[in-house]
Amino acid sequence: MSNVHAVGSTSEDTATTEDTATTEDTATTEDTTEPIVSVENLRVSLGGTDVLHDVSIDVPEGRLVGLIGPNGAGKTTLLRAINGTVSIDSGRVTVAGVDAATCSSRRLARLVATVPQTTTLSFGFSVRETIEMGRHPHISRFGAMDDTDVAAVESAMAATAVEALADRSITDVSGGERQRVLLARAVAQETPVLVLDEPTANLDINHAARTLELVRDAVTSEALSGRAAIAAIHDLDLAARYCDELVLLADGEIKAYGSPEAVLSAESIGSAFATEVAIGTDPVTATERVVPRATVPAGAADTDCYVHVLGSGMLARETIARLAETGCSGSVGPIPTGDIAAETARLNGFSIVDAPAFRSLSMTVKDRVRARCQESDAVVVTEAIDSWQRRLLAGLDCETIAVSGGPTQSTEGSPAGNADSVDHRCSVEELVGELFDRDET
Amino acid sequence: MGVRQRAATYSAALAVLLAVVMTVSAGMGPVYIEPIAVTKVILNAVAVPVGMTLSSTPISAGPLQAPAIELVWHAPFSFGTERVHEQIVLGVRLPRIILGATVGFALATAGTVMQGFFKNPMADPSIIGVSSGAAVGAVAFIVVPSAIPFGIGLRGAAFVGAVVTAFLVYLIATQSGRTPVATLLLAGIAVQAFLSAVISFLQLYSGESLRQVVHWLMGHLGNARWGDVGVTVVLVPALFVIILAYGRDLNVLLLGEADAKSLGVEVERTKKILLVLSSVITAAGVAVSGVIGFVGLIVPHMVRLIVGPDHRVLLPTAALAGASFLVLTDTIARTALGGSDIPVGVVTAALGAPFFLYLLRSREVHSL
Repeated sequence: MSNVHAVGSTSEDTATTEDTATTEDTATTEDTTEPIVSVENLRVSLGGTDVLHDVSIDVPEGRLVGLIGPNGAGKTTLLRAINGTVSIDSGRVTVAGVDAATCSSRRLARLVATVPQTTTLSFGFSVRETIEMGRHPHISRFGAMDDTDVAAVESAMAATAVEALADRSITDVSGGERQRVLLARAVAQETPVLVLDEPTANLDINHAARTLELVRDAVTSEALSGRAAIAAIHDLDLAARYCDELVLLADGEIKAYGSPEAVLSAESIGSAFATEVAIGTDPVTATERVVPRATVPAGAADTDCYVHVLGSGMLARETIARLAETGCSGSVGPIPTGDIAAETARLNGFSIVDAPAFRSLSMTVKDRVRARCQESDAVVVTEAIDSWQRRLLAGLDCETIAVSGGPTQSTEGSPAGNADSVDHRCSVEELVGELFDRDET
Repeated sequence: MGVRQRAATYSAALAVLLAVVMTVSAGMGPVYIEPIAVTKVILNAVAVPVGMTLSSTPISAGPLQAPAIELVWHAPFSFGTERVHEQIVLGVRLPRIILGATVGFALATAGTVMQGFFKNPMADPSIIGVSSGAAVGAVAFIVVPSAIPFGIGLRGAAFVGAVVTAFLVYLIATQSGRTPVATLLLAGIAVQAFLSAVISFLQLYSGESLRQVVHWLMGHLGNARWGDVGVTVVLVPALFVIILAYGRDLNVLLLGEADAKSLGVEVERTKKILLVLSSVITAAGVAVSGVIGFVGLIVPHMVRLIVGPDHRVLLPTAALAGASFLVLTDTIARTALGGSDIPVGVVTAALGAPFFLYLLRSREVHSL
């Protein structure tokens, strides 16, 4: 990507109108205070239905902006308004100071490159020929590809790792490979603005991440200022990880706009996607992670059930996740705030009785745990218990169950010392059945 | 190899093939003439301008008299040839051969454009009703000559019919500035069906002239004279050059209209230009030859199998191949049954279809 130039520097068109256009473009892109893409009060209707109403966003240069939102939210339409392929009803879209709706296709194609969701190529062009089509707006009608064009195509192919496919027919490569070819075509177009519609939809995890890295590097590169990218991304976790800003679209309106941390809240995502979600933090990338909650099948579980989980760590985490999935509410503790089970509990709406690690429990904590247990319909023990806990369990009226690790472990496994203190023992997998079977009898 | 080199290499090879086919064809007929003798006759007829001279007769008769400039021609070759051969080759066979080459060139060009434009392997030059329009014009002229005004003649009537029909189909398919390709295709089919009805009706009441009508509808190149060749020979190459300049746009249009627009193609304008050019080039062909089917459909396919789908290479190669193909089939048409002509349209279909089927079966055709 290092030899991607601002649009002004590569244009070799000699027509006077194009020359003036180029000068203007350069002037605008150098002005760093101006947003490179500006959408004002955009309204678009397709087939009589309002798809976008009153959408306004400004994309400053150097940003990768992610468009998120449910199916039919208007993401693709917004992208198409920016690349000039949909006619707008009212409002204004400017790219590098140029009105996208009224300028010539050729001029806009030197400002905005598009990676479409898919392409329909009815005849067997080779991958290289397809990528060369990205140079179309840079070559005059009677001209041919010159060294600049060839170099742009070569570096785009290298950046997107499609060199190995170069001589294969575009109709013979896989869907994911085709998507990378389309990205290469857009990169070869060498425009300040890149518009991507679901660029990772068909890609494997490696290429999905590499695609977004490539785009992010392209827009944030210090050598090339005045660039930005807007991508409709389905995968919210990828969006949170790679985008500088997110735009949440739903019902043709912008519901939230800002940093991923600000936009990805359980409320905004939940209402936009009409589902309940939990927003956690990815343990690897430390970026936001959106997890939709399982929809509880009607009658499958007693959703009033309240369960206290006595324990911490991985097994407690699995237990909580399993309980939450069936619609149970509950609590966990005593547990240190940084424990992985605490995170899972928080995301699933379980209350936490927190206690500092490596210290004996204070009276307050013990009282709080006892209170939680007494309120519960059942208490699930996930680790070896001490004498205080043993006494606590003995004094409870409710059902007590000890769980042990995954399917590979026997039910006689880890909480070995609990055998005499609890009513039942089972694995995490069996827990739900165990709980509700007892409830019914 | 770059696209231009590829286009130039293939075109040069096909141009040589065309020259050979034309030369051999000019020797074929009731009087057989050796290709060498034909070559000599043709070369003798070649004249090149070597200079200019001021004519003694001024252009205008008024007070401001500009002297006319005349080219001085020089014939570089003067081989010894038989006079009767000169008359046969130059006077009888060559006009028909050149007309055949030009019509084949035009039909193959238009077919290539239409297949790319419609992204449909079934598309041919007549898909938007050009041939039907030409047929209505021609048949109307044959059956009721008084119905055709301005004394434009059979060819004029066919040409006007073709262009008017194409324009009509375009108007029907256009709504608020956009011409969806699918609508255009369907409008073309509907108009063709209507025009066939008109032709059938005219045929029914054609009486004595039925034979002439059928002959025209089957497509023929017979009785061409130098005077008939003139307009077509000038018009077709000129239109072809403009179409060739849109080769890259045609490639990009194959990606779909939204993609093409985002790659800088002014989609609606380009579509309009391509439609006008290919309609007029088809009209220029069918007006002089009648409806010759199959050339515009199969020649682009055959050539695409060899040179690939890039229109910058495909357009010139398909055009040259179409020219050779029609000269070849017309040679068969006028020699196969001794003295009597078979309509060339019959030969193109009879030979082209099996050859195309052979290609389909023998090569893995998956990218049409």
